[in-house]
Amino acid sequence: MSTNNFEPTAEQIKEQRLYADMGMTDAEYDLAVEKLGGRKPNWTEIGLFSVMWSEHCSYKKSKPVLRKFPTKGPQVLQGPGEGAGIVDIGDEQAVVFKMESHNHPSAIEPYQGAATGVGGIIRDVFSMGARPIAMLNSLRFGELKSARGKYLFEEVVAGIAGYGNCIGIPTVGGEIQFDPCYEGNPLVNAMCVGLIDHKDIQKGVAAGVGNTVMYVGAKTGRDGIHGATFSSEELSEEADEKRSAVQVGDPFMEKLLLEACLEVVKSDALVGIQDMGAAGLTSSSAEMASKAGTGVEMNLDLVPQRETNMTAYEMMLSESQERMLIVVKAGREEEIKAIFEKYDLDAVAVGRVTDDKMLRLLHKGEVVAEVLADALAEDAPVYNMPDAEPAYFAEFQAMENAEPAVTDYKETLTALLKAPTVASKEWVYDQYDHQVRTNTVVKPGSDAAVLRVRGTNKGLAMTTDCNSRYIYLDPETGGKIAVAEAARNVVCSGGEPLAITDCLNFGNPEKPEIFWQIQKSADGIAAACLALNAPVIGGNVSMYNERSGEAVYPTPTIGMVGLIKDLSHVTTQEVKAAGDYVYLIGETQTEFGGSELQKLVEGAISGKAPAIDLEVEAARQAALLTAIRDGLVQSAHDVSEGGVAVALAEKTFAAQELGVNVTLQGSATTALFAESQSRFIVTVKAENAASFEAVVADAKKIGTVTDDAKITINGEKGTLVEGTVEEFRSAWKGAIPCLLKSEA
Amino acid sequence: MKFAVLVFPGSNCDIDMYHAIKDELGEEVEYVWHTETSLEGFDGALVPGGFSYGDYLRCGAMANQSNIMKALKEFAAQGKPVLGVCNGFQILTEAGLLPGALLRNKNLKFMCRTVQLKVENNNTLFTNQYEANEIIDIPIAHGEGNYYCDEETLESLKANNQIAFTYSGDNPNGSLADIAGIINEQGNVLGMMPHPERAANEIVGGADGLKLFKSILKQWGEQHVNK
Repeated sequence: MSTNNFEPTAEQIKEQRLYADMGMTDAEYDLAVEKLGGRKPNWTEIGLFSVMWSEHCSYKKSKPVLRKFPTKGPQVLQGPGEGAGIVDIGDEQAVVFKMESHNHPSAIEPYQGAATGVGGIIRDVFSMGARPIAMLNSLRFGELKSARGKYLFEEVVAGIAGYGNCIGIPTVGGEIQFDPCYEGNPLVNAMCVGLIDHKDIQKGVAAGVGNTVMYVGAKTGRDGIHGATFSSEELSEEADEKRSAVQVGDPFMEKLLLEACLEVVKSDALVGIQDMGAAGLTSSSAEMASKAGTGVEMNLDLVPQRETNMTAYEMMLSESQERMLIVVKAGREEEIKAIFEKYDLDAVAVGRVTDDKMLRLLHKGEVVAEVLADALAEDAPVYNMPDAEPAYFAEFQAMENAEPAVTDYKETLTALLKAPTVASKEWVYDQYDHQVRTNTVVKPGSDAAVLRVRGTNKGLAMTTDCNSRYIYLDPETGGKIAVAEAARNVVCSGGEPLAITDCLNFGNPEKPEIFWQIQKSADGIAAACLALNAPVIGGNVSMYNERSGEAVYPTPTIGMVGLIKDLSHVTTQEVKAAGDYVYLIGETQTEFGGSELQKLVEGAISGKAPAIDLEVEAARQAALLTAIRDGLVQSAHDVSEGGVAVALAEKTFAAQELGVNVTLQGSATTALFAESQSRFIVTVKAENAASFEAVVADAKKIGTVTDDAKITINGEKGTLVEGTVEEFRSAWKGAIPCLLKSEA
Repeated sequence: MKFAVLVFPGSNCDIDMYHAIKDELGEEVEYVWHTETSLEGFDGALVPGGFSYGDYLRCGAMANQSNIMKALKEFAAQGKPVLGVCNGFQILTEAGLLPGALLRNKNLKFMCRTVQLKVENNNTLFTNQYEANEIIDIPIAHGEGNYYCDEETLESLKANNQIAFTYSGDNPNGSLADIAGIINEQGNVLGMMPHPERAANEIVGGADGLKLFKSILKQWGEQHVNK
């Protein structure tokens, strides 16, 4: 076995513990030697092991947690393990979706980090054979106070827009929250939703000994080397030095690759296809072989290269974007090549499928690596990490629920509407083409985005959600809430939850208190998925979200897709006509732990997260969906951050010249701003009131829609809030542009 | 009537144009790949939006070098209707089929929203189904839609009634004289930044754009009968 002269020898790697710089432990090095039958790995091989055994690729520390999730259901056609999960939507069609993080790259190089996050998740979806139809995202930043914080926010949004707009997939929805814990480590999670006919479903398998392995798409350069390793460690003060681990995206190239691949999947010459994402050529080849129980031999001299004198190590670890590995029936390479040529793309036979289960790499006439594919993929180590309940948890649980002090209700509502987490995100989604492909029925800004399924009368509702403050206070309860809120958004839009994808963003799992957060929130998510019949069909784990030792809040983002059986069921949040009745569904308690009001008044969060009863949640969602399908509901909106007052205000913002006049019972601060769960505000035509109340038993009429374009909220002792819709709307709309313009 | 939807590498509103014609207008339509050299058999040509060649070099500049553009120029010279939307408008200005150029939006950001347009000239092949000065809602989605031309050109655009649409109220991108769409002197080539094909069905963003396609169809129908 040869080694490049400039690379360390196998002995030097061992003696100088060079593997440690690649994130491997001594025990992992020893295991690698064992997997090689006692032989010490050379430089290329240790590179293969280190990226494939990184947390990012192997899920070695999160696998035991992921096993908690329900992943099956009659609707699930493909669960976790492939590029993306697949759910049946009837008529021989299915929806394909997945969410993925690109946090670390975005912290260093926000435009490219975000852009390539979008590009990567799109490839995951079309590698399944699906046409991507929509993008969503979930973003977390600091509070837009520092120059750096504003820069990260503006550039991440620009990067998402730049990639998504160019490739021509509408960015239809998402959520953004702001909190100091994300200042140095923003979270950028991108979700892609695709549509597929059952017959076109592909898998990433290198099946059929003798078949040809082809490299397609962009050429390989030296960008993104060790990206997977980089994302599997904490960000340090020196993190900016890792900029070379950030990839550079080319959405035009990906548009060509997308169209070519969607033509190729129609060919019966195609055997398997997989994205070269994290760990690029290494993960795609090793995983495709491992999944098929075969081996793959590749001649790296044939790999299209963008730079000169690339070593085997560099080629295998590069994370250059817009590349795919495909396996093609032997003898049919030319017809595949012709499809890629139409798009001026490289499609090169670089290897073949073997029967010896080895990933074997040749370079300049010599074998430069020879490792069992399973050793890199399936047989990566798995760790059961120790967990420990953090001290803060018991402290918070012991606190009594109390109301933050509020004196002026109107001023408080205005301040809440200006809080960046609550404020209008129009500044953001105005930069996203959310209409291209003309399927967008409900645009960004309502509870869930809705797309029609062209050629049918069906629709898809989609949303991303995660209130990480609740999860920080109480991970299990917060995990339940995240899934429940996503489902509420889908239901409010007229859809029935189908399944979820998740993006588990946490701090360093080697800290037992962090691992406890991971475990507990997974328990909560799993319970809610079962209760709401929305299994987990795939996702991604992003750990080590810490900057200089400070972890972000536990942020397991939920991406949910629901089926709207008939487009006539599509419901939006804004009130529709004066005279309609306003109903509040659900009980309000004095629950302010992690609330927007608590943050506003006290400057920090503490106490218990709001309680949630999943049985009540499921029953209420089912009742509301029935009422919507029966045509009884004019508008629907869930009550979330900022409570009933904020939800009511939001219901008037998109309406023309309408207002609301309602009366709330109980303590004013609680009635207005508490964040009790499982609540909705809906409007109903007066003539449908009796039918609606019969279907949704726990709905209480609180007022009416008015034609005065005013928001009037009365309490037991008189008017609490009164103002024009315009004054609240301008506060809400102007907040983010205003924060961005203000001096740091 | 049979329409061609030109497709360049990076076009992405081709599908929208195609379905507006097929599903909403109910006419024949085919995609034509940029390597083709003829538009024979087509009665109208549509240059869709998107990012042809990734907007590299300059929006529309690379697409203008494609084989199909020679055919398109001949097609336009024959007086047949040519509609360029968004990137299609940019391509038509690069091709010299329309005067002026599209610069970056004044706020330097991409913007996607529905805007109000005023029909400045309803006596064209593309606007005859609109009322004079009608205000219509049409979506925009562009980063470089800021129309610019020199003073002389602007004067001639005005003098010849070549300004088909202007932005009504808010001018989103800084376009000179609020220009949203212009026709050539002969009146058979229209370029516009807003997307009428995205406003061809109430369920996805309104139907105010449909009349534009109906105008083309009406004119063609009349000519066809006259022949």
